[in-house]
Amino acid sequence: MAQATDTLPHDDHHDQPDTGIKRWLFATNHKDIGTMYLVFSLIMFFVGGAMAMVIRAELFKPGLQLVDPMFFNQMTTLHALVMIFGAVMPAFVGLANWMIPLQIGAPDMALPRMNNFSFWILPFAFTLLLSTLLVPGGAPAGGWTLYPPLVLQGGDYFPMVIFAIHLMGISSIMGAINVIVTIMNMRAPGMDLLRMPLFCWSWLITAYLLIAVMPVLAGAVTMLLTDHFFKTSFFNAAGGGDPVMFEHIFWFFGHPEVYIMILPAFGIISEILPTFSRKPLFGAVSMVYATASIAFLSFIVWGHHMFVDGMPLAAQMFFMMSTMLIAVPTGVKVFNWTATMWRGSLSFEPPMLFAIAFLFMFSIGGFSGVMLALVPADFQYQNTYFVVAHFHYVLVPGAIFAIMAAVYYWLPKWTGHMYNLTLAKTHFWLSTIFVNVLFFPQHFLGLAGMPRRVPDYAVQFSDWNMVSSIGAFGFGLSQVLFAIVVIQCIRGGQKASSVVWGDALPTGLEWTLSSPPPYHSFITAPEIK
Amino acid sequence: MDAPDPNPAGLTRDQQRRANRSLTSRLLIMTLASFAFGWALVPLYDVFCKLTGVGNAEARAAPVEAHEAVDAARLITIEFVANPASVGSYEFHPRLASMRIHPGKLYDAGFYARNLTSGASVAQAVPSISPHEAAQYFHKTECFCYSQQKFQQGEGRDMPLRFIVDPKLPGNIDKVTLAYSFYDITESSSR
Repeated sequence: MAQATDTLPHDDHHDQPDTGIKRWLFATNHKDIGTMYLVFSLIMFFVGGAMAMVIRAELFKPGLQLVDPMFFNQMTTLHALVMIFGAVMPAFVGLANWMIPLQIGAPDMALPRMNNFSFWILPFAFTLLLSTLLVPGGAPAGGWTLYPPLVLQGGDYFPMVIFAIHLMGISSIMGAINVIVTIMNMRAPGMDLLRMPLFCWSWLITAYLLIAVMPVLAGAVTMLLTDHFFKTSFFNAAGGGDPVMFEHIFWFFGHPEVYIMILPAFGIISEILPTFSRKPLFGAVSMVYATASIAFLSFIVWGHHMFVDGMPLAAQMFFMMSTMLIAVPTGVKVFNWTATMWRGSLSFEPPMLFAIAFLFMFSIGGFSGVMLALVPADFQYQNTYFVVAHFHYVLVPGAIFAIMAAVYYWLPKWTGHMYNLTLAKTHFWLSTIFVNVLFFPQHFLGLAGMPRRVPDYAVQFSDWNMVSSIGAFGFGLSQVLFAIVVIQCIRGGQKASSVVWGDALPTGLEWTLSSPPPYHSFITAPEIK
Repeated sequence: MDAPDPNPAGLTRDQQRRANRSLTSRLLIMTLASFAFGWALVPLYDVFCKLTGVGNAEARAAPVEAHEAVDAARLITIEFVANPASVGSYEFHPRLASMRIHPGKLYDAGFYARNLTSGASVAQAVPSISPHEAAQYFHKTECFCYSQQKFQQGEGRDMPLRFIVDPKLPGNIDKVTLAYSFYDITESSSR
């Protein structure tokens, strides 16, 4: 079964990386590209985080203090675009690059040159997006959803944002194609689809979602472009178009997009909980089916983002029911994770802490999601801070905590060094406390009627806004610890063994390799028992 | 290695490359299909609107012939709302704020518009009916919204609207609002 040299994915194979900048510019090695994705996403996390700090500083007390409302709106819009397309999605692609070949026993990603291209588009896309801050009229300020006619009435930013989104879309589609081809074609002999680790499974499903919906977004923003410059009337009522149609097309992309940001997180949690519970994952096959059901349902629920747009009762009922149906497969996953921990021999290393926090706080976000799915309740909640609290609970202690859990889980594998566990645990506790101080009061604000995307508010909202802002500053500062832990670990530290997590005995092919793994791993396909 | 094993890691380098290429091109076709589907949503949206009454497709429907029997026993209020969407370009208001009408009878109503711009201009009115369940029972036999309205500088005039409400209008609806947004389309119509 050993086809040592036959299975190499590229001709100009070299054992050692190039030196200097060429190693990164011309990178085709999945580990190098994964590292670049993760570093890029960390930088974007701090850029988007700085914008969030501006938002929370302005909202610290009522009245306008620090920034003018136009700039405030630019911050909310850019914060969302940067965090979604710059921080969360590239982080997952980076993890996919690092881990999928290691987990399925492949020597590299299937399409290494495309991999290089899909990463290097991103810095250009975000330079284009962020440089809108410098053009006349400023950055986009109409919200990340880019609703017409508002988005069409802005300044010079408009074509720049559209092309930045096109670039981000092209990058993530290429990333998705690479993941699918790698998983379908490059698995080591004996690695059946159903034996594949859940992180790979959730990424396979995510990649199909990306291919299905990113082009739809590209189409929608192209229509905006032609409406603005070529006098078409897709969304222009005067010419026979309908701005509401944009919302339908946008959310047909938008809802699967939110699962694109959470399904890989599900995969990560399904890797970490069994390791530190010292038990196999409960209901592994049902996890795969649950993920696939969530992906399918994501295509038929977009209407719940626009209940107040005017919609027949039957359509409201359909979107409400189908949305609530998503709670069933999601519940299957949450119960499976809980059952995995049940009577397990638990230990609380940093990745496990983040995974348990994910489980708990993602469920809070899930519950507020079910509340928002109810049509009559949504009429009151829509466009308030309750919505803000909901999606930040699923994205920050959901997606971001899962990414941090993954980094803490695999970082010793990548670098060969164990990081500072005390510092990492401090980072965990500070993050967990402050993220709740930050977002939990926003539920109360929303229920009391505070609208989102406002730089100023009525005085009765003052107290909880101040609490929320304190939480934001605390959470923001805690993330500096994360950067310190990661940088220290890259530079050196106690040597990590190949299994890293000693007695926890993690399963998976990546732990059969040394820490750090050789630059070219699995050149010979591993034996799968 | 046995042939049925789908696992291409046992393939030669050429076979592997061919397998990757063919899967990649299939996925690219899927991507293009999704892109095409995004554009296909535009005509599909019209179908969706016709089926569900969303987006006031009925309100924009072409003129009809009046032929229903008058229901003299029933009175319905029709409210007219004028919305000068391009602010500052037009003075725009209904001649009457509301009317009490019998279903099945043909009525005349009108809107007045005056050009406030510094030259000749062209306007387009876009109607909307609420509640939207009423839209399919509200028929216009003539409407200024069916054509572009051209104005000389400073010109103001009444614009015609004739309508008839279908007696089959559900009994729970006793008030229908007809709103017009009046857009200045001089720039795009002079292309």
